[in-house]
Amino acid sequence: MDNSTNFNTFKGSADYVAGSELAMAVNVSIALEKPLLIKGEPGTGKTMLARSVADALGMELVIWNIKSTTKAQDGLYVYDTVQRLYDSQFGEGDVKDIAKYIKYGKLGEAFTSKKQVVLLIDEIDKADLEFPNDLLWELDRMEFYIPETKETVRAARRPIVIITSNAEKELPDAFLRRCVFHYIEFPNEEKMSEIVKVHYPDIEMRVVEQAMEKFYEIREMKDLQKKPSTSELLDWLRALALSGVDIARAEEGLPFMGVLLKKNQDIDALAEYRVKGYTTVGW
Amino acid sequence: MFIDFLYFLRAYGLKVSLNEWMSLSAALDKGLGGSSLTGFYYLCRSLAVNSESDFDTFDAAFAAYFEGVVSEKDIPDEFWDWLNDPRIDSEKGPEDLLSQLAKDFDELRRMFEERKKEQKERHDGGSYWIGTGGTSVFGHGGYNEAGIRVGGEGRHGRAVQIAGERRFRDFRRDNIIDTRQFETAFRKLRQYSSRVDAAKTELDIDETIEETSSNAGMLKLVYEKPRKNTIKLLVLFDSDGSMLPYSRLTGRLFHAVSRSNHFKDTKFYYFHNCIYEKLYTDPRCRRGRWVDTDFVLKNLGSEYRVVFVGDAAMAPSELERKGGNATIGLPNEETGRVWLERFKKKYPHSIWLNPIGEESWSRIFGQYTIGKIAEIFPMYELTLDGLDKGIKRLLSNR
Repeated sequence: MDNSTNFNTFKGSADYVAGSELAMAVNVSIALEKPLLIKGEPGTGKTMLARSVADALGMELVIWNIKSTTKAQDGLYVYDTVQRLYDSQFGEGDVKDIAKYIKYGKLGEAFTSKKQVVLLIDEIDKADLEFPNDLLWELDRMEFYIPETKETVRAARRPIVIITSNAEKELPDAFLRRCVFHYIEFPNEEKMSEIVKVHYPDIEMRVVEQAMEKFYEIREMKDLQKKPSTSELLDWLRALALSGVDIARAEEGLPFMGVLLKKNQDIDALAEYRVKGYTTVGW
Repeated sequence: MFIDFLYFLRAYGLKVSLNEWMSLSAALDKGLGGSSLTGFYYLCRSLAVNSESDFDTFDAAFAAYFEGVVSEKDIPDEFWDWLNDPRIDSEKGPEDLLSQLAKDFDELRRMFEERKKEQKERHDGGSYWIGTGGTSVFGHGGYNEAGIRVGGEGRHGRAVQIAGERRFRDFRRDNIIDTRQFETAFRKLRQYSSRVDAAKTELDIDETIEETSSNAGMLKLVYEKPRKNTIKLLVLFDSDGSMLPYSRLTGRLFHAVSRSNHFKDTKFYYFHNCIYEKLYTDPRCRRGRWVDTDFVLKNLGSEYRVVFVGDAAMAPSELERKGGNATIGLPNEETGRVWLERFKKKYPHSIWLNPIGEESWSRIFGQYTIGKIAEIFPMYELTLDGLDKGIKRLLSNR
C-alpha cells in the first residue's frame, strides 16, 4: 500500500473538530496499520470520530457495536447449521455448498470489502473480559480461517480500524500493545465554541456564550455523579435556541436542566448549589 | 538510534518494549511526527503509552529527557513584536530531527542568553541571529528543530511545555494490583447452571438427535437454556477510619466486583470496624444512609457468597462488649461478635479479606480482634494470591 498518499490525510471533517494531536494519532494509526484505540469521557465524540475519518477519506464505514453478550466469533462469521439442516430435509437449495450458510459478521464484512473501509469497533469494553484477546490474531493479520469451508478470509485492503472504549473494563496488555492509543480530553472553552460552531453555524453567539459559561460552571462542581459532556451541551443549546428562553433572565433555575444532568441527585445538587453556594447532596 | 530514550521511559516505569520502539522507528521513517518536537511528543505518546493513567508518567519522563528548552517568560517584549509569523516552512527528515533532538539543550540556552545580549535588531533568515526563519537554533519557524522557540506559533519547544504542564496527573494510579487482575480473579467465582430464567436459545444436540430419530428421521430441533453463572455475591466493606490507608486497594476491589457482569447479583454494604444493627449504603458511613442488618440477613438468601473486606483491627471491646460500637451515639445491644456469628450461620460460604499482610496479623494493633475474627471467618490477605485462595474457599467451602 502506498503510504505517502495516506499520510496526513485526516485533519477533521466538515462536522467534526479534531485537535492536531488527535489527527496525528489517526494518521499514525493509518500509516502503521495498527488499530487506533480511542478512550475518553462519554460524550467527547469517540464514535463520531470514525464517521468523520470515513467521510474525510471517502471510505465506507462499517460499525460493529459491541454488547455485553457479543463474542469475537460473531464479528467474523456465523455458520447457519439449522438452516442447512432444514434445507437438506426439504431438499431446498444446494446443501453441498457450505459457503452459502456462512454469514459474515462485521469484521468479515470489512475484510471482504473490495474497497478499503473504516471499521469501527464501538465500546469494546462492554464485552466479556477476554473479548479483545480473542481478536488479537484477526486484527494483527487481518485474516481468519473458516474450518467449515477450509477457507481463509484475508482482507484485500486492510481496513482502518478504530476502537472506542469507555474504560468500563481494563483491556488486556497484549491487546493494548498492538494499538495506537489516544485519549480525547474534554475540550476547553475555546475548542468547545469551535465545536458548537461546526454543529450550529447559525446559532446566536450570545446564547452560546451564556450557555457555555453556565456549562463549565456546572462541570466545575465536584459533587456531580455524571458530568455533562459535549453532546449534552449541544442538545442543551439546541433546546435553548429552539425555545428562545433567555438563560440570563431565568434566575430561579436553569431551563431544560434535564438535558444537561441525567441523574436526579445531580439536579438536586445543582439546585442546592445555586441557592446556598455549596451542596451536601453528594454526601 | 534513540534507544536510550526508550530505556529512559522504561526507567520511569512505562512498559515499552522493542515492539513500541520498532513502531516508533517505522513511524519516523514514514515521516510522521511532523518534523517537530511537538509532533514527536504526540507520536511517541500515542505509541508508547496505552492508558491515560500513564500519560503523566510519560509527561514527566519526556520533560526530564528534553529538559532545558527555555520558556518565554524572561524574553523582552520587543522580541515578541517582531517574531510574528514564520516566513519559511521546511520539511526535514526524521534523521535530522533525531540528531537535532539529541543536542545539548543547556548549551543552547547558554548560547541564547549570549546572543540575546549581542543582538540589537530584528533578524529574519540567516544562520546565527535570533529571528524568524533561517537555520539559527534560536527564533521560530526556522530549520533548526532543536532550536529554542521565541514567541510565535511554536514548532519547537512546545512539546516540553506540554509535557511540563503534566495535565494528566489526575489519571495516575500507582498500581500494585490493577483492576483487571482482580476482575480476572473474580471470574473464577462461578457456578454454571441451566436452571435459570432465560429463553431457550442453544441447540441441544443430543436431544435433537434423539427426537429426530424417533420422528422417523424428520428433523426436529430441540433447544435448551444457556448455562449461566448463578453466583450471588454480597460484599461488605469496612470503609472508615483505620481502613483509609487501604482505600485505593479496596477501591480497586470494589471496581473489579462492580464491573464483573457475570454474577447473577451483587450487593454492596459498608460498615465501620465491625458489624452491628445497621449496614451503611454509602462508603462514607453517614448517619441515616443505612439499612437494618436484620433486613439484609432476612432478604438475602443463604445462597449468597459473602465477602468481608476489612482490617479487622479494632479495640477488643468493639468486638466483645455490648455498647462497644466505636461510633458515638450508636450503642449496640448485642456484641459485634454476635452479629458476625449470625452472618456465619446464615451464609455458609463467607470469607474475610484483610488488606493487612498476613505476616503482620499477629503483631500489630488489633492482633486480638484479627485473631478472633479469623476464628469465625476464614481470613485471607487482600492480594492476588489471597483472593484466589478466598475464591476457592467461597466455591467449595473447604
